[in-house]
Amino acid sequence: MADKKWMPRWFYQLASPRWCYEITGKLLPFFAVAAVLLLVTGTVWALVFAPADYQQGNSFRIIYIHVPSSILAQSCYMLMAVAGAIGLIWKMKVADMVAKCCAPIGASIAVLSLATGAIWGKPTWGAWWVWDARLTSMLILFFLYLGIIALNSAIESERTAAQSTAVLALVGLVNIPIIKYSVDWWNTLHQPATFTLTERPAMPVEMWVPLLVMAIGFYCFFAVVMMLRLRNEIIQRERRSSWVRDLITG
Amino acid sequence: MNDSMPNQSADKSMAHVYKVDGPFWGALKRDLLLSYRRKSDLVNPLIFFLMVATLFPLGVSPDPTFLADVAPGVVWVAALLATLLSMDSLFRSDFEDGTLEQILLSPQPLYLVVLAKVLAHWMLTGLPLTLLAPVLGVMLFLPGDGMWGLVLSLLLGTPTLSLIGAIGAALTVGLRKGGVLISLLVLPLYIPVLIFGSAAVQGAVTGLPLDGYLAILGAMLSLGLVMAPLAIGAALRISVSG
Amino acid sequence: MSTPRLKIDNLFCERDERVLFEGLSFEVNAGEVIQIEGQNGSGKTTLLRILSGLSRHFEGDIYWQGEHLDSCAESYRESLLYFGHQPGVKAVLTPRENLQWYASLHPEMDLSKLDNALIKVGLKGYEDVPCHTLSAGQNRRVSLARLYLSSAPLWILDEPFTAIDKRGVAEKEALITAHAEQGGTVILTTHHELAMGDKIRRLNLDQLAGTL
Repeated sequence: MADKKWMPRWFYQLASPRWCYEITGKLLPFFAVAAVLLLVTGTVWALVFAPADYQQGNSFRIIYIHVPSSILAQSCYMLMAVAGAIGLIWKMKVADMVAKCCAPIGASIAVLSLATGAIWGKPTWGAWWVWDARLTSMLILFFLYLGIIALNSAIESERTAAQSTAVLALVGLVNIPIIKYSVDWWNTLHQPATFTLTERPAMPVEMWVPLLVMAIGFYCFFAVVMMLRLRNEIIQRERRSSWVRDLITG
Repeated sequence: MNDSMPNQSADKSMAHVYKVDGPFWGALKRDLLLSYRRKSDLVNPLIFFLMVATLFPLGVSPDPTFLADVAPGVVWVAALLATLLSMDSLFRSDFEDGTLEQILLSPQPLYLVVLAKVLAHWMLTGLPLTLLAPVLGVMLFLPGDGMWGLVLSLLLGTPTLSLIGAIGAALTVGLRKGGVLISLLVLPLYIPVLIFGSAAVQGAVTGLPLDGYLAILGAMLSLGLVMAPLAIGAALRISVSG
Repeated sequence: MSTPRLKIDNLFCERDERVLFEGLSFEVNAGEVIQIEGQNGSGKTTLLRILSGLSRHFEGDIYWQGEHLDSCAESYRESLLYFGHQPGVKAVLTPRENLQWYASLHPEMDLSKLDNALIKVGLKGYEDVPCHTLSAGQNRRVSLARLYLSSAPLWILDEPFTAIDKRGVAEKEALITAHAEQGGTVILTTHHELAMGDKIRRLNLDQLAGTL
């Protein structure tokens, strides 16, 4: 590749699946411990110590899962699109693998967000599902994920699949702000201003600190699951190379 | 190297004067000619459009008040689905007979050829849909005030639908099960156009000015015109390379 | 000697987890006719697709007139005529219309010779008949007619003689030889026994790429 001259060393190293495998092996325990600690702390804090909402009572506590998962689902898509772009431009196999691993994780987290949104909605609005702006946007994001997963499984060649899904992810990325804007606008058209998280007065410290803890915990959990999947993917794709064979037999 | 000067044949008995078209017009003329010769392709999306709209009174209720209420959305959804259905054939035939390869090997800008193909496709599906839409409006008791909104919103919206759909078609052109897959890829991206398109019709029915809606639809179309052919070209190269 | 027209450097390609060729390097000079040989499935078509720029599934470098392909893609396509597995002809259009459409994609084509070209490939009288009424061989000949119209120096031809009769093959061989003599370059694959003697340089993929 003509680009090799100017790439910094760490960037070039990232291109090596083997190096990635080794470094994720070292990072995994740290992130796993961090995830467990943060999530346990956050959950206990959220369920026991944080105050109940003055309007909704205890059912409000589900936002401690709903909000972090919503943020994570969106970040994951962004990561997937960026990784796909890197794989497309610099032909980095590891970037393609990262993008491929992101899709099912992101889709699952989107489902979590939708489910917790529904659980929150039931006592609050009396229905398992409401077509409010945030839930609808998240549903569309879920569809975008499904499209990527469907395209990936329909193409046999790994490399073509990686490139095609990268293009799709980028097209989706450009569209996400447009979709959000459209859905928000549509929502105001059809429903009077209802209670949403964003319209609340500023959250007191007792509420947003556990939320932050949960959010970071979620990111750590994501990192753990991501690294596990990535390691799997690396092993599977590089299975014919010598270092993998040594790993299996040695 | 001439690219648009008439070439006179040296042989006097041949009366053909060959004018070489540029990549855009050449592609546009070719696609329109191809469709003209295979007439069946033209009518199918229109029939589908009519049938889908008929499903609603049959499946839900033929009550005029109800239908008038839902008409803007129903006609838009029907147009959207009909466009989607027709997208698969955009590149498939070229892929199968090898002409797509030749297009990709041309030194002329792929952007122009792609744009011409999508334009031809829209002229053969989106535009007829737009012109047929008032008929559906009448069948669904759309108030007369809404007709203009319907036609204008579809006029601005269907080209965008063709452009976005073409991205899906380009990504799946080599695959066997292209049809439903395109829908999965493209439907989420259609949603903004649908929202503003049907809102425009609703607005027209209730007597609101259409400018805002049409401006937004126009903006989406502009964005699509600039960016979609890039994505389509990239997707075509990837699909053919595989 | 000047820079070789086409230089292939350390090409690696795998398909379906099978390595087709690796470490493939060779040079092609102006005026040469190269025949790529190899067993079926040894990657001849894949190599031609890579050389034409259709397939990006490879590692390694390709240089055209000394410049890396990545940086001169457009001028490379201007200089290239590719004849692939499929004829690249629209069934619903006539031979004349098909060639006119090619010209819109490749403006260097000289359409004033169109009628003569169609005569030379044996399609006199069929110029204005839809291609779906013609046989497969005739369709391929429509595409081959491009060879008489194009001024591209590099020809990449994948099985150009399939479904062509003996006389047609002899004519095409003459055309290829003439093109090479005028300084053009031809890379082709074929199952036919070519009668061009030592004017042709044979590259055996199995031997060159060392993967067999």
